[in-house]
Amino acid sequence: MDRIPILRMGRFLLVTIQVDMHDRLALALQDDLMEQIRAKKARGVLLDISALDVVDSFIGRMIGNIAGMARVLDAETVVTGMRPAVAITLVELGLSLPGVRTALDIERGMALLQRSPDSRDRPR
Amino acid sequence: MIVRAEDLPLHTGEDVVRVRQATRQATVDAGFSLVDQTKVVTAASELARNTVIYGGGGDVTVELLRDGGRSGVRLTFADKGPGIADVQQALRDGFTSGGGLGLGLGGARRLMSELHISSRVGEGTTIVAVRWKQ
Repeated sequence: MDRIPILRMGRFLLVTIQVDMHDRLALALQDDLMEQIRAKKARGVLLDISALDVVDSFIGRMIGNIAGMARVLDAETVVTGMRPAVAITLVELGLSLPGVRTALDIERGMALLQRSPDSRDRPR
Repeated sequence: MIVRAEDLPLHTGEDVVRVRQATRQATVDAGFSLVDQTKVVTAASELARNTVIYGGGGDVTVELLRDGGRSGVRLTFADKGPGIADVQQALRDGFTSGGGLGLGLGGARRLMSELHISSRVGEGTTIVAVRWKQ
């Protein structure tokens, strides 16, 4: 089974979702991310969804789960690249992603994570 | 008038992906704006997942409609699953019988022009969702 690649960028992990995800893939991603946050002692996760033309409540729940689980492991999550049509639809769908920060692109997302007080060096 | 109709099975996650693609094509052919395409495909995804997860699998018919001057897309989801005991409750945001977000039915209704639900406990559920081009 294919797995979504997780790239490391300094203290952050970058995940680019490029395919129509099905349940098993989404669950595998959540498991892999948690393991990588722990193993790489990551401070933040950049979840890039710029390739997604549809975000339904299943993907929304996955994003919320990732942000929540990352938080438990002391890492911030920033979702980047949400398309305008997707953002408009999510509002109408009634899907707010509480506690999930967003940024226009990966570069701004990185800047957001680097500015965050949680990402400053401190002993783990 | 039904310009085109396509029947698709709904049993797996991969089937849900195919339904999204077929719905996207129908909305493109109907001339929907990008935002409206996204809304319809998102509604289709919600309802398709419901059919697979709660309905025990079923099928969907994706239709391209023309009614006088306007075009539209109609999605008919059918399963022979447990059925919905209380449709009004199921439409309420936050209500979930399966650990989801509870936004699927109510959300789909908000994203579409029309949503009709007919269900019989122990027999199954049929959901018809239509969106007309604005």
